[in-house]
Amino acid sequence: MTIKKTFGIETEYGVIHRGVSDPNPILASSLLINAYLYAHSPAASGPSAPRPGWDFVHETPDKDIRGFVSPESIAPEIEAHLVNAVLTNGSRYYVDHAHPELSAPECSNPLSVVQYDVASDQILISSMKAAKEVMPPGQEIVVYKNNSDGKGNSYGCHENYLVDRETSFDLVADHATAHFITRQIFTGAGKVGCEIPGYSRSDVPFQITQRSDFFEEKIGLETTLKRPIINTRDEPHADPTKYRRLHVIVGDANLCQVATFLKVGTTGIILSMVESGVLDRKIRFEDPVRSLQQVSFDLGLKEPLELTNGTTITATEVQWWFYEQAEKYVENFGTEHLGGDSVPLVFEWWRKVLEGLESPDNLEPLVGVLDWVSKKHILDGFQERKKISSSDVQLAAIDLQYHDLRPEKSLFKKIKQEILISEEESNFAVKNPPEDTRAYFRGKCLEKWPENIVSANWDSLVFDSGEENLQRVPMLEPLRGTREQTENLLNSSNTVSDLLERLEDNKRDD
Amino acid sequence: MAEQEKRNRSFSSEPELEEDAEVSPDALKNSERIKGDLDGLLDEIDEVLEANAEDFVKSYIQKGGE
Repeated sequence: MTIKKTFGIETEYGVIHRGVSDPNPILASSLLINAYLYAHSPAASGPSAPRPGWDFVHETPDKDIRGFVSPESIAPEIEAHLVNAVLTNGSRYYVDHAHPELSAPECSNPLSVVQYDVASDQILISSMKAAKEVMPPGQEIVVYKNNSDGKGNSYGCHENYLVDRETSFDLVADHATAHFITRQIFTGAGKVGCEIPGYSRSDVPFQITQRSDFFEEKIGLETTLKRPIINTRDEPHADPTKYRRLHVIVGDANLCQVATFLKVGTTGIILSMVESGVLDRKIRFEDPVRSLQQVSFDLGLKEPLELTNGTTITATEVQWWFYEQAEKYVENFGTEHLGGDSVPLVFEWWRKVLEGLESPDNLEPLVGVLDWVSKKHILDGFQERKKISSSDVQLAAIDLQYHDLRPEKSLFKKIKQEILISEEESNFAVKNPPEDTRAYFRGKCLEKWPENIVSANWDSLVFDSGEENLQRVPMLEPLRGTREQTENLLNSSNTVSDLLERLEDNKRDD
Repeated sequence: MAEQEKRNRSFSSEPELEEDAEVSPDALKNSERIKGDLDGLLDEIDEVLEANAEDFVKSYIQKGGE
């Protein structure tokens, strides 16, 4: 059975603390987030979050301000311990594995996903500015939206898709594998060098993706080592009898809006096709991990990939097949459950990009559309101008700096990119939640009653209304809690007690 | 089956070249513009590039995440 798609992206960012001899990324990430919360979002929730009037107590010295010139030069309100906050736009901003991580709110369509992805980057940019203001001169925390340090360490940009629990997971895994291997031709963010042990930078001057080097398994539960193409984590954050959350770890973080849009839009459509049972053919790779890597290395976009039935296929051919199946699918099933109005745009860009990729010797029209193409455009031009070899370290530097989120330093920002989201829309998304998912209820409650929310999670809110017991409000339906459903309720409730009472009344009336 | 079909798609934004003609002035102008754009882009990039590429790349170290 096909269900209405809900989408979400969570991004782990690279973080560098400049101007200190012994940088600590956990500390830097904490400082970054706390500085943002202090400056911009006193309505953030969580026991360690700064709230208006909250008093901070300094942590023990050995774990804490190490790395800063002097503790006194940091504003005393900024604590540098681990932080885990929820923002008024419904997202979660926290430290994970020594990286600042931002999990954007649940979105009902791929265009909204891009809107909140751009907003997430804006939040990180504001965080850098806020942190700079409280740090001693000469120090700076810099954030990078990429997936590797070039030294064998990788961090992810994960996508989440709501999937019907009834659909066979094996079926989902089969088709998703074929898509994840081949969509790299438009989701790849490009990388100088290779991080598979045994390879050197000169062996692989450039490849299409950041992440494929780090994948070793076809399917599995791991996320930090022996990474699998299909992650089997079963944590739906929703009604577990109805839903599955497909947690996708294999993609690159994207800066080009179209790349993000296609990454999420195409995957949503394909998962819906699997749910509807319309795909009558399985494209099964003989060695999925090897094919994943082959696609990443294949700049000519023509490499034949081995299938289990003894034939071969190219990545573009697989994508064209999905595209054609999807065209037929929406004719019969419509687009409402896939993201409505934004779906025709997904098709338009999917087609444009696939057509463009048919000419791998002239990818100029896709600069500003796909990250790997944009990055390669800069690298090739720079190499030609400076007359340097393809293993020159300046090219590795360009690779990294492409992803520098500081607007004045970002090389990506120098490219004329194809814009899908207006500045107004992304500014709105920094502070306000999507209106058509449960993120709305979460974000608006946080905005209105920050002092009364003890904890906020994806599938529940815990309120302190002043009564003896705390009250937990479950939110097991990702599409319940929208503006349409809850705006009146929220506006007509002055206190949390009012709100809880009305929720109780509504439950009785249901 | 998809892999046996030949896709015949013309990429619409490329200038059409006439057979047996020399490269048309339009196509020349287009490629000059592209080169000019690239030069401008590289100039801008040169201005903001990290001063010491070697140090920058060497010191860019991250902990593994998910």
